[in-house]
Amino acid sequence: MNVTVKYFAVCHEVLDRSEEEMELPDGATIQTILKRLEEEWPEIAEFYEVMQMSVNWEYATENTELAEGDEVALIPPVTGGCNV
Amino acid sequence: MFKITTEVITGEEAREAVEGPDAGAVVLFFGTVRNNTGGRPVNCLEYEAYPPMAEKKMSEIAQEISDKWSIDRVAMVHRIGKLEIGEVSVVVAVASPHRKDGFAACQYAMDRLKQIVPIWKREIWADGEAEWVKPDAVFFDVPKSHKTAPQID
Repeated sequence: MNVTVKYFAVCHEVLDRSEEEMELPDGATIQTILKRLEEEWPEIAEFYEVMQMSVNWEYATENTELAEGDEVALIPPVTGGCNV
Repeated sequence: MFKITTEVITGEEAREAVEGPDAGAVVLFFGTVRNNTGGRPVNCLEYEAYPPMAEKKMSEIAQEISDKWSIDRVAMVHRIGKLEIGEVSVVVAVASPHRKDGFAACQYAMDRLKQIVPIWKREIWADGEAEWVKPDAVFFDVPKSHKTAPQID
């Protein structure tokens, strides 16, 4: 199956792309994507504790199963608004 | 109205979106770009967002406010891109029958926005360095700089 994976903020910067299409085996979960990214950017594993993931605009977990056409995103700690 | 925009925010649009004859109060909150963080001079800020999810999460916050205070007139607009000192990055507008609930709901909206709405801020320091920010601490700016402990504000 094919999914779209989006990267924001520091992920966007480090991976040097804002999104990509990924071909994944049937039964793949977000964990499948994280492991694949870890090969390219080993340090990312240290951020998995603070980083969240989403599928189709809803927060998800590493074990969330993916389906054809899903839109997945890596969500670093959010910091909108102002410093108050 | 729940919106991510690259345009200058005046707040008028948000106020108009929530006003109505049953409102006895309209509370407007503006978040603005401060010229320093913890005393360190800031040159400007850059905001990035995941717009469709951000707008969805804003609408969920409005639903929470409806459940808590029975207030259905809430608007949130957040600007993205490069913002200069003093510019408005976010506005929250709440119209309510009475001011007490309006103030409480507005504060709640802002607190929740900072928790669940996917928007990120990068501080461009006056000395030219830049860092992504996380709540109450500097996150990291380059791939390997996270070996040091996060700096708590």
